Amino acid sequence: MIREGDPVPDQPVRDALTETLAHQVAERLADVQGPYFGAFGGRFVPEALIAALDELETEYRKALGDPAFTDELARLHREYTGRPSPLTEVPRFAAHCGGDGAGARVFLKREDLNHTGSHKINNVLGQALLVRRMGKHRVIAETGAGQHGVATATAAALLGLECVVYMGEEDTRRQALNVARMRLLGAEVVPVKIGSRTLKDAINEALRDWVANVDTTHYVLGTVTGPHPFPEMVREFHRIIGDEAREQLLERTGRLPDVVAACVGGGSNALGLFNAFLDDDGVALYGFEAGGEGIETGRHAARFSGGAPGVLHGARSYLLQDDDGQTLPSHSVSAGLDYPSVGPAHSWLHDLGRATYEPVTDDEAMEAFRLLCETEGIIPAIESAHALAGALRVGRRLSEEGRTGPDGGPLSIVVNLSGRGDKDVATAARWFGLLDEGVAAQELERQEGRG
Amino acid sequence: MSQGTAGTATGTATTWPRGVTGELLARLRDEEDRPALGGYLPVGFPTPARSVEALKTMVDHGVDMIELGVPYTDPVLDGPVVQAAAQGALDAGTRLSDVFEVLAELTAYAPQVPVVVMTYWNPVLRYGVDRFARDLAAAGGAGLITPDLVPDEGADWLAASDAHAGGPGPGSTADGAPGLDRVFLVAPSSTPERLRLTAGASRGFVYATSVMGVTGARATVGDRAEQLVADTRAAGAEMVCVGLGVSTAAQAREVGRYADGVIVGSALVRTLLGESMPGHAVPGPPHEVDDDEWAARLGRLGALTAELAEGVRTARAGSGADTPVGDAS
Repeated sequence: MIREGDPVPDQPVRDALTETLAHQVAERLADVQGPYFGAFGGRFVPEALIAALDELETEYRKALGDPAFTDELARLHREYTGRPSPLTEVPRFAAHCGGDGAGARVFLKREDLNHTGSHKINNVLGQALLVRRMGKHRVIAETGAGQHGVATATAAALLGLECVVYMGEEDTRRQALNVARMRLLGAEVVPVKIGSRTLKDAINEALRDWVANVDTTHYVLGTVTGPHPFPEMVREFHRIIGDEAREQLLERTGRLPDVVAACVGGGSNALGLFNAFLDDDGVALYGFEAGGEGIETGRHAARFSGGAPGVLHGARSYLLQDDDGQTLPSHSVSAGLDYPSVGPAHSWLHDLGRATYEPVTDDEAMEAFRLLCETEGIIPAIESAHALAGALRVGRRLSEEGRTGPDGGPLSIVVNLSGRGDKDVATAARWFGLLDEGVAAQELERQEGRG
Repeated sequence: MSQGTAGTATGTATTWPRGVTGELLARLRDEEDRPALGGYLPVGFPTPARSVEALKTMVDHGVDMIELGVPYTDPVLDGPVVQAAAQGALDAGTRLSDVFEVLAELTAYAPQVPVVVMTYWNPVLRYGVDRFARDLAAAGGAGLITPDLVPDEGADWLAASDAHAGGPGPGSTADGAPGLDRVFLVAPSSTPERLRLTAGASRGFVYATSVMGVTGARATVGDRAEQLVADTRAAGAEMVCVGLGVSTAAQAREVGRYADGVIVGSALVRTLLGESMPGHAVPGPPHEVDDDEWAARLGRLGALTAELAEGVRTARAGSGADTPVGDAS
């Protein structure tokens, strides 16, 4: 406290005081609101969208305090999605990450068992209910792997909304079955044929659609990035992942985990899980980015290893960019992690040192993919396999350092199994050479639209 | 440059920061009773050298000011035509340093024509906001149009644009009094509160987007444009130019009745694209067109510019129809 008559402190001291005071009044990390997460976030969009973003923020805040909204969302989670999703312990898999010490217990948060096969449905149902409250009748969405597009098409069918999904042409080829799935659900799928023809360009095209049709249309952004209020709102709709996992683990083991791990593309499944543990200092948070073919090759999507702060798609965050600020193409075996930027809250957690972000290569992810299949009978999405590979790495590292749980027991690790791997079977079949020569391989090629 | 009457033209004139482009708009309004024609082209399409030829062609055929586009990988407010040109410029190896070189060449060629650089925000952020402002001023740029930067996020730019003087144009001064122009956008969806915020933060002019949507030619200019211009003036802006969707002389004439300036982009860019348009078979990389073909495209660019220049000169009843325009025909 500075009193009148005290000598005026110099600038660094004043800054430190200001920071301390700010910290004392700040909410818990888990409840920080936009538009800014530290130096990140904001609203870097054309003025034409500002009114719609303001309306969305107002409606979203009203809805969160309205039992008619929260009860309806809870009912859909329970009766439609199938929540709570289970927490599954995977001991045969965990045997590979313990080393010689006490080892580790590994628990998977089974978002793969949600209706539509991934965590994406949590956010989509929340936004779709908001769309109804706002009186709009058309939704648009971007999709990379197709998970978010499928979830959006599903919610649109459920609530009787017109739905258009933008998908990079390259991704429509990689994920042809998801294109068919969306069309079955009544959505129009528009292949985007400009730029790198992947997720980044699908978002550009969705933003262009939104600018032109914002009176009638809501943009169901699929991750914790984009202009405010999306990063905060999408986190809110996914915080149920962490809230459930925390309660389930406490019930199961009587204590908090030592490590929480998730893959990070845009970062929605990771933030949803991390959020419940952000204010528990003893819980180490790990986000695993797509290391692609290796950071040194330049073919990756590791924003924290190979990027720098910049602006893309409405938010300031870490970004793969060249010296002129042009966005660099990203690369990953998994379409869902193939994105050059990342949600601003992750950049904030990174700079705070609250979460650690490491790259996982295509090879490492595919090895973990196969390991989970063979040890536990669970086929994960390749995105989630990055988290599995990262958890193995961290578990081995901590064991080598002699780290254990309390009383010398095993470490406790929670991994977000954000999606199921059905959509990735063709990729895995090619990667591991699982098909017999001839007919089966030809059929696969044909189904993928390459024949 | 005559500036004698500029300060007394309207009641609000003394409070509006006209900057470089605002002084030009005031002069055209007060002395010629007409709006300005602004022409947009991206730097580097089809190559940096040829983009200079194209920009000079626009000057020779009657544009009053130039919007110089910075090619960017993710132009979310641009339609297919400008996207194609921007991608072509990047494919041809255009760098940010080319922007300053082209700018310097252009302002040396036509010091009477203010040049505002139109850029998405990340290239500026990466370059350094103050460094960008300094180099922009040094190359003779009048200021920036920022399609994805709203004033709310623009504290760095507001400071940097005050610290460096724009020029060379009618509003520049050696001691940097006016600063660089900062042209923010307003849209038909902007609330009165946001119009006030934007008008208050802008210098030079406010860019009114005539329709909700991205850049590109349209059959009609939105009927909300005229109201938006009136509302933006009522919110405190002296100078308001209209862009997005203006592609013909008739549209320029129509918009020019009520706007201080008419900005044309995609229609001009399209003359340079030839057959390498989205949806057309692309005969080869657009920067590899031969000299005869390039000359033909420049010819079409010049002709359209002249038509548009004629349009803004006949926009207001009894005005400037007798003002000769370059070699318009």
